Amino acid sequence: MKHISIAGGPGQRPGRLKVRIDSKTFRSAEGTAAEVLRDFSFELRPETFTCLIGPSGCGKTTTLRLILGLDQDFAGEIELPSPPPRLAAVFQEPRLLPWRTVEQNVRLALPPAAGRTVDLDGLFATLGLQDLRGRYPEELSLGLARRVALARAFAVMPDILLLDEPFVSLDEHTADRLRALLLELWRTQATTVLMVTHNVREAARLADRLLLMNGHPARIVGDVPVPLARAARQGEELRRFLDELTRAHPETVLA
Amino acid sequence: MDRQSDIGRPRDSRAPLRLLSILAFLALWAGAAALAASPEVPGPVQVFGFLVKEAASGELFYHLTVTLARVAAAFLIAMFIGTAIGVVMGQSRNADRLLDPWVILLLNLPALVVIVLCYIWIGLTEAAAVTAVAINKIPNVVVTLREGARALDPKLTEMARVFRFSRGRMLRHVVLPQLLPFIAAAGRSGLALIWKIVLVVELLGRSNGVGFQIHLYFQLFDVAAILGYALAFVCVMLLIEFLAVQPLETHLNRWRPRAASRAA
Repeated sequence: MKHISIAGGPGQRPGRLKVRIDSKTFRSAEGTAAEVLRDFSFELRPETFTCLIGPSGCGKTTTLRLILGLDQDFAGEIELPSPPPRLAAVFQEPRLLPWRTVEQNVRLALPPAAGRTVDLDGLFATLGLQDLRGRYPEELSLGLARRVALARAFAVMPDILLLDEPFVSLDEHTADRLRALLLELWRTQATTVLMVTHNVREAARLADRLLLMNGHPARIVGDVPVPLARAARQGEELRRFLDELTRAHPETVLA
Repeated sequence: MDRQSDIGRPRDSRAPLRLLSILAFLALWAGAAALAASPEVPGPVQVFGFLVKEAASGELFYHLTVTLARVAAAFLIAMFIGTAIGVVMGQSRNADRLLDPWVILLLNLPALVVIVLCYIWIGLTEAAAVTAVAINKIPNVVVTLREGARALDPKLTEMARVFRFSRGRMLRHVVLPQLLPFIAAAGRSGLALIWKIVLVVELLGRSNGVGFQIHLYFQLFDVAAILGYALAFVCVMLLIEFLAVQPLETHLNRWRPRAASRAA
């Protein structure tokens, strides 16, 4: 059932990431089937920042897993741009190797040739991890471990970066700092970002475009560009945008 | 694992107790020997006297080395093959269904039967001896490592897939560290089991090694010699435990956030 293909060819670059999901069904241990996703598609233009928003449990994480190729049991097609892009992901949990140090965790994600030599000083300094390179993940707080997971994803210099609620269950101050870092790193590296979140405010502050997801089985129910300049996304203007969004999509935004 | 926890304790608090325990054992032994007053129950002095004499002639070290080599060979073969089969069975339900009856059969096959059959089919050779011992140990390793492979964290596997870990990188940095506690458990119990079986193998079909010597002195009814050889080999195994196994375990567990294991 899997259809993952590489589209485009010479002269067509940079390509888009095209996602078409006809149906995704989970089968429980007792054999009952539940369809979680049906009939939607979207494309991501290169170097854009998109947020996928929807209530908890509506299938956002499943969509990311399909794009990452971690779940290939679905009807539809994930078309990666050509040449094959480098992918990186930040999962909901940091997913660090507990038996490797912070620095080893980051270097292991790099291609073997680069892994040993690449200079990570700048990245570690930006993320405030320079003094923790030799520590093991279990010695770190959740916020620090999240930063390491971000460092790992950015060290790869991915063409496409997928994030699954990377700032959930952090205190607002830490989350804000990490959001700012994410934006900064996204600006300096030509990366296409798709971030899953149920925090609409967070999404409206970070993204160029919001994809709203809802229903059982879930579909894309809204595709909303964020027209504001990033510097203007606060106070009155941000509130007006959010109010409008809530009026147009009450079930998805208020959930 | 509970042995792990006292590694970090200060040396001085446990050393006197250990020494006391050993002295009490020797005193009890000497007392029992004096009471029995029979050549069939030699005291510690006679046994150590025999060890000194046997060491001076070079016999002791020769037979200890031969046995140790067999233990090492059988151990490595059993661990390697057992781990490979165990991991496959833990990862694939079909392989598990296919091989499980064989494992149960081997687990319940008496060591003696395996040894005798190996000597008959392969011949009275070194290869037969080592094979027989390894076959006895393999099912234990399989069962332990199967549990380990079932416990592998799919979240880390997915992370490694997303970041395109090579096969080697995956094995070394993701899979093996998760299997290590299981490999250590299989190794611990394995070493103890294997050296006991090696002695039987030597008794039945080899002309050197600790088992052969014990057989020889059994025919001479020389209990001091039998106890001497047994004691000498137990000491060798203790040395391996304290000088190799425990330091290695401490090193491999250095990432665990337990102050005790890092302070050692």
